[in-house]
Amino acid sequence: MKIPVVKNILNANDQIAADNRATFDELGVFVVNVMASPGAGKTSVILATTERLPKDVRPGVIEGDLASRIDADTIAARNIPVVQINTGSGCHLDAPMIRGAILNLPLDAIDLLFIENVGNLVCPAEFKLGANLAVVVASAPEGHDKSYKYPGIFAAADAVILNKADLLQVFEFDIEYFRRGIEMVNPNVPFFPISCRTGAGVDAWLAWLLEKQKSFAEDRNQSVIV
Amino acid sequence: MHELAVTEGILKTAIEASQKNGARPITAIHLVIGELSSIVDDSIQFYFDLLSKGTLAENAALRFRREPSVAICRDCAHQFNATAPLEPQCPQCGSARLQVKGSREFFIESIEVEDENTRR
Repeated sequence: MKIPVVKNILNANDQIAADNRATFDELGVFVVNVMASPGAGKTSVILATTERLPKDVRPGVIEGDLASRIDADTIAARNIPVVQINTGSGCHLDAPMIRGAILNLPLDAIDLLFIENVGNLVCPAEFKLGANLAVVVASAPEGHDKSYKYPGIFAAADAVILNKADLLQVFEFDIEYFRRGIEMVNPNVPFFPISCRTGAGVDAWLAWLLEKQKSFAEDRNQSVIV
Repeated sequence: MHELAVTEGILKTAIEASQKNGARPITAIHLVIGELSSIVDDSIQFYFDLLSKGTLAENAALRFRREPSVAICRDCAHQFNATAPLEPQCPQCGSARLQVKGSREFFIESIEVEDENTRR
């Protein structure tokens, strides 16, 4: 006997992601899921962004990492509320981990929450956390073929940041080639070449992000959960 | 690595569906996997064999249906199969203006359970 089911395999995770989102929406917290391979500069992008935020947009960070507290300590040194999640050997964050982490965050004192996912271009794309935006950070040293090799994560992105753009020439990184790969799976996705080291391009990314955050602040009923 | 979590999801969903329908042993689970999702069939089978022991889904056959992704050339309209790593150029005309259409979904479409009369 055949029984129709038609249920997302990660349905249990998705439901908790929706719960997380309800909590964030209620408290007016706009959430960004930052995904990248190890070393692309997720923490640097978060720091470069938080440094430039207007005073009335208060940041917070959830740090996902296999074992260390290194990134969380870097964030905490800037007096930004931060919670560390150690996944052990786990290759991605999932919604229940976020559910636990937010208990230890002063959400009512946070307007813009960054979730730094585990460094990995495969698994994080499959697990919703309850965020408003999914942002993928790539970087010049990784090479311009990343968008062709990992189409899934680039397809899942609401914006793509290309960090270390001051090194494009050093690594013979063909930015147009890289971008065409992204466009194949995600046409017209906002694309921001930046350098956290020099600060170049960060303002354009920040302006886009603040625009999104502002539209959320005005209307919290945004249905897409990532 | 995330196939472990995915397999737990498959098992839970399938067992719940069986329990709602008389809790009969599951003989097959039909899965639909979009080509742009990063799910590896063999790993799922491996974890499934371990996790399903002693459950209603023990010995159930996993049937994967891959939803293929297609690359479409915006210059010559040629269509070809798109799997990672993506081809940067159209194999027919060499154009780099390509569009990939494909799904990142993965879900359980249906399960099969033993019929009432075959039950021991």
